[in-house]
Amino acid sequence: MNESNGDKERGQTEVLSLTRKDFASDQEVRWCPGCGDYSILAQVQKVLPTFHLPREKYVFISGIGCSSRFPYYMKTYGFHTIHGRAPAVASGLKCVRPDLSVWVITGDGDALSIGGNHFIHLMRRNIDLNVLLFNNRIYGLTKGQYSPTSELGKKTKSTPMGSLEQPLNPVAVALAAGATFVARTIDTEIKHLQQMLERAQQHKGTSFVEIYQNCPVFNDGAWESLTDKATRSDHVLTLEHGKPLVFGKENEKGIRLHGLRPEVVALDAVAKDDLLSHDEKLDDTTLAYMLSRFDMPQLPVPIGVFRAVEKPTYENLMQRQIDVAIETQGEGDLEALLHEGDTWVVQ
Amino acid sequence: MSETVEKPIEELESVIIRFAGDSGDGMQLTGTQFTNTTALLGNDISTFPDFPAEIRAPAGTLPGVSGFQLNFGSRRILTPGDSPDVLVAMNPAALKVNLRDLARGGTLIANEDAFTAQNLKKAGYASNPLEDGSLNGYQLIKVPVTFLTMQGLKELGLPKSTAERCKNFFALGLLCWLYDRPIEPTLRWIEERFGKLPEIAEANSTAIKAGYYFAETTELFPKHYQVKKAPIEPGKYRKITGNEAAALGFVAASRLAKTPLFYGSYPITPASDILHELARFKNYGVKTFQAEDEIAAVTAVIGAAYGGALAVTGTSGPGVALKSEAIGLAVMVELPIVIANVQRAGPSTGMPTKTEQADLFQAVLGRNSESPVAVVAPATPADCFAMAIEACRIATKYMLPVFFLSDGFLANGAEPWKIPALSELPSFAIRHASANGGETFQPYSRDEETLARPWALPGTPGLEHRIGGIEKANLSGNVSYDPDNHAAMVKLRAEKVERIANDIPLLQVKGQPEGDLLVLGWGSTYGPITAAVEQAQHEGLKVSSAHLRYLSPFPRNLGEVLGRFDRVLLPEMNMGQCRMLIRARYLKDVVGLNKVKGRPFMISEILAKIHELLEKGERA
Repeated sequence: MNESNGDKERGQTEVLSLTRKDFASDQEVRWCPGCGDYSILAQVQKVLPTFHLPREKYVFISGIGCSSRFPYYMKTYGFHTIHGRAPAVASGLKCVRPDLSVWVITGDGDALSIGGNHFIHLMRRNIDLNVLLFNNRIYGLTKGQYSPTSELGKKTKSTPMGSLEQPLNPVAVALAAGATFVARTIDTEIKHLQQMLERAQQHKGTSFVEIYQNCPVFNDGAWESLTDKATRSDHVLTLEHGKPLVFGKENEKGIRLHGLRPEVVALDAVAKDDLLSHDEKLDDTTLAYMLSRFDMPQLPVPIGVFRAVEKPTYENLMQRQIDVAIETQGEGDLEALLHEGDTWVVQ
Repeated sequence: MSETVEKPIEELESVIIRFAGDSGDGMQLTGTQFTNTTALLGNDISTFPDFPAEIRAPAGTLPGVSGFQLNFGSRRILTPGDSPDVLVAMNPAALKVNLRDLARGGTLIANEDAFTAQNLKKAGYASNPLEDGSLNGYQLIKVPVTFLTMQGLKELGLPKSTAERCKNFFALGLLCWLYDRPIEPTLRWIEERFGKLPEIAEANSTAIKAGYYFAETTELFPKHYQVKKAPIEPGKYRKITGNEAAALGFVAASRLAKTPLFYGSYPITPASDILHELARFKNYGVKTFQAEDEIAAVTAVIGAAYGGALAVTGTSGPGVALKSEAIGLAVMVELPIVIANVQRAGPSTGMPTKTEQADLFQAVLGRNSESPVAVVAPATPADCFAMAIEACRIATKYMLPVFFLSDGFLANGAEPWKIPALSELPSFAIRHASANGGETFQPYSRDEETLARPWALPGTPGLEHRIGGIEKANLSGNVSYDPDNHAAMVKLRAEKVERIANDIPLLQVKGQPEGDLLVLGWGSTYGPITAAVEQAQHEGLKVSSAHLRYLSPFPRNLGEVLGRFDRVLLPEMNMGQCRMLIRARYLKDVVGLNKVKGRPFMISEILAKIHELLEKGERA
């Protein structure tokens, strides 16, 4: 097995000359017309060449759901696994192959319902993987049941009188589980989406990116107030590290803390220094968690990087234990292992 | 060692001892140390640790009784023995639970100090059996073990409870003298184990010496016994349990395949010891992954296999139930994984520490749709080593999941293991696909002999491809809903398993190649079946035995072997699962002997069935 670091491969001519087309497989893309997944696929195919990694180093691993068809459309290594389990498959792969750039493609049902357990444990282990969660707040592939991110009271085929469940907030769950990189973006925010993919790739450790994605067939307009040009700037707060939290068409509004409670203030009435500033590098997750709970109508919905902190990765720690064991005990010798402990000889 | 007059020594061919006490009394430790010493003396051995699932059930109660039985001899020993010759009972509950197994006239060594009114009541005794004559049929030896241990440790000035806890070492010392075993190996072990706690080390060493010298001096034991070396095949030996042997087998397979081992597992009785063992072998490059659940364990293993590791998961039946969907995925994507199932009594949680063989259907058939896998089953604790290697060899050669079906009896039982020379181990080279110069890579192309698809690792330039749980077009591996392709792929996956039959040993018959009765077995029933059939052959009966270590596919001569015998008996620790598979496949009317008590077969049970069948046969 080649365990060399992917970075060493940089500088190969064919790597430098890769384009978006080199990452498109020969399979016809079969999402519904107008599906937000098209945009995500396009942005991924656009940014990968900029990372200067050879194509064979990429592996896309998915579970089950509309989003999970993604690997078939990538001309990289791909593994379409079973419902909810992509994080675990990817974890096993990355443990034995730290040289690969591994991407988990999942959805709100796949990651948070059937795969919820794997999701939180992936976040806390900090294996160097990128997780893209396409959140459309609905089960699309099974034709329209409510999902774990559907809003309370959501009427669907399985909840004709409305859903009885509080939705999960994926960013909040990831933060609570100790994720070292947590971001949110929107399928239609092409530039922002690309930036988040780049940041995820740069981060060493588990990078979680929630992507608000529209399902035009079963949950059209789920994110409309965030994507509609008329309302977008009043409803979306773009997080930038080290900068005060401001939003609005003319950046005329900001967020101030009133005790423990965040509130929207008009900038003409408040000095910029009094606004809450974003710091994605805090080890303490209190600020990031508070931001993750921002929601309409009281507060704008943040997109961007909530948290980006450096911690040792699981696979490196795992390898380090092996290295230490070899240093202190010597490289294992099978003969010696078989003869370990008390033995006796029969003549 | 002795300063007194030497007592006479009598030679025995074999002895079965059972140590029994409270779960907190250290009976497993006592049994293991006695076993280790006995192994070093060159006896053949078989052991059966039998303990409750509760870590510490309430002291003195019946559910809290823990036992360790060992059978050792100067002849070949195939099982832990049907009924103990000697029972060491550390309290009334241990006596109550175990007395029914003690051979008539057998020796009963009881810690009389523990037979207090309170303990007798907890065990449900109306009167003290040590005093009321109810044990007249046995050779009762009452020893005040607790008192003597405390006396022996008096000068060390330890707290009462600490000193009392050494009573198992006193009992061990006593038994060592009685069966002429040296205590030095245990003294060395105490030094290694408790070196950092010198007080505890000294207390235990003092207790075992006290027990030894007490037995040597007291008139309770007028003589002691000797069991000479067994005529074992020459070689270097160690004592090994099934779980230890499995762990070593997986490491050995990794070395033979020159492929790093990845073991993903979730803790479960009785399989956890494989995880514990492998976690020690980091300097062999072994990566162990304690997953968040059973499903993550197997899917991480699938990911590791995809990346080119020798990928193994270990569990027991309830864990396999959770892993089933993922095993189906491995069937579909044709990746090599090994699933070690250390079976226990079920269904559901069942009896976690008790043995059973009732997951055979689950292994062979237990997934949605047509989902064939290979299944191997070790026959003895030491055989777990060879079959673990076999499971890895088959999985990587045929690119499919392989079940390694052990059970609680094999996992915890121990026997002497002749350590193989590295040159005797099977070699298996692993080939990974490499770029084929411009041609489109076909991830589902086939090896002509094995039908295996290429193992193409991510990171290999030019082989980028996609796999998944959706049906594949043969060769290209593209998603396919074509009806004929699906039918062809279902048959191909089955054919792949069938072809393994060309690559495994034929079924060997022990005894005459044909006759009145064949006793067929699989897995851990090897010991009692072999012993019972040897006894029957000794009686002049036309009985042979054969043992299946491969259950999917079966050895290719199985049908022919079955045809050479008038009748076939198949003892198994389930309600007849292997029997049903064989009947379905070979239309042979196999007779079952089915035991589902959470305990292994006794030799006498199988022998009785052999007698019954052959007597009936004569009448017919």
